[in-house]
Amino acid sequence: MNEILSLKQLSFSYEDKSILENVNLSIKKGDFVAITGVNGAGKSTLLKLILGILSPKQGEIEILGEPMKQFNKWQKVGYLSQQVLKKHQQFPATCEEIVKANLFSQIGFLRFPTKKHKEKARAALEAVGMAGYEKKLIYQLSGGQQQRVMLAHVLVSEPELIILDEPTTGVDQEAITAFYELLKKLNQEKQMTIIMVTHEMQKSLEYVNRQIYLQEKQVLEA
Amino acid sequence: MEIFQYAFMRRAFIVGIILAIIIPCIGVTVVLKRLSMMGDALSHSSLAGVTIGLLLGINPVLGAMISCIVAAFGIEIIRKKIPQHAEIAIAIIMSTGIGIAGVLSGFVKNTANFNSFLFGSIVAISDFELYLVIGIGLIVLLAFILLYKELFFMSFNEKGAELAGVPVGLVNSIFTILIAITVAIAARTVGSLIVSAMMVVPVACAMQWAKSYRQTVVFSALFGVCFMIVGLCLAYYVGLKPGGTIVLTGVAFFMISIMIKKFYRR
Repeated sequence: MNEILSLKQLSFSYEDKSILENVNLSIKKGDFVAITGVNGAGKSTLLKLILGILSPKQGEIEILGEPMKQFNKWQKVGYLSQQVLKKHQQFPATCEEIVKANLFSQIGFLRFPTKKHKEKARAALEAVGMAGYEKKLIYQLSGGQQQRVMLAHVLVSEPELIILDEPTTGVDQEAITAFYELLKKLNQEKQMTIIMVTHEMQKSLEYVNRQIYLQEKQVLEA
Repeated sequence: MEIFQYAFMRRAFIVGIILAIIIPCIGVTVVLKRLSMMGDALSHSSLAGVTIGLLLGINPVLGAMISCIVAAFGIEIIRKKIPQHAEIAIAIIMSTGIGIAGVLSGFVKNTANFNSFLFGSIVAISDFELYLVIGIGLIVLLAFILLYKELFFMSFNEKGAELAGVPVGLVNSIFTILIAITVAIAARTVGSLIVSAMMVVPVACAMQWAKSYRQTVVFSALFGVCFMIVGLCLAYYVGLKPGGTIVLTGVAFFMISIMIKKFYRR
């Protein structure tokens, strides 16, 4: 399966306010896509449509080869939202606990994690350069380190598609560069498909292989 | 010890310790999901069930349990109807609960019985209430242990949990019932007006010292038990109301925790 995501003639409106009109987009395996646009252009709406949180008024969405309405393999989609990153400012959990939580689909409902799951969580932290931070409380880390831990949380379930909603908000430039380099490495070495909504239009262009700009209810490809 | 010579005090300790373990366990999720006001709304709503129970001649604890479950789901329904003003749901349900309790309490003949639900009556627990607390306490604890990782995941990333396959709707419904029945059984013993404080104060203390989520849960329960034991002993020997003494013990410890932490940070 080469096509990971496909939007065909997609339209969406909030009551009378049209946000997207006849949008077509195809994302292939191994793409690293940045979605940019001014505030209110519809970036978050587009993500919500891709995640099935909103339903299109018109058009079709296919994700990992299946129509959205039939799609139920959500554990193959890793999602990291801006809100989750903000919430961690005070959340009393260790990095290992945060990462291990996303192994739910492998552990199972009402079951308990084993040593194997603990090792997977450690390996995911190592993959994002956070080895040795397993027992640290997440809110004691810097913004950039928290981002990496959250990326490990997403990666641990071995998703085929990663969706990041403004992952660099509130982080300094140095940490943003390191985070983008890490994403590029994961994309190139593991052929991971990444869709990232970002305000960093210029900066992200150095790392992604596709940049999509939302303007006047349409997607424009740079 | 003199305090254990009396059957009512032994009973108070058994019931108190069970509640002191389960209330903070529920409280950890309540606090981390920012639902502290929900505990308040349910505890006030339980009073409506108490008055209905007293008027109809059924066990008031059972009445409180039913009214708490109805109130908890009422909050969820209103939230879904007006998602842009979700916080209003708690205020509406709380006001309804207080309103019903206020109006119907005028018809209750034995006001002393009704008042005992406001601040609790931990030293006047019947055999039925003792067994009810033991039974429900075990159910709540078992459910909490089984849903431990699901509740943790949902507390910090509900959408992520849903994508990972956690049956979020089912877990939320079970958790809502757990809060409701915990508040209801605690209403009789520690009091409706105090149970929400017991849900929050031990957790707030635990968060000052814990180095992980697991420690937060364990410390919350341990602090809860300590506050209960110290509070009951103080109440017995100094002649204070138990419910309020237990909560004030917790609040005092919280203040001391903050001061110690501030001192060490210097």
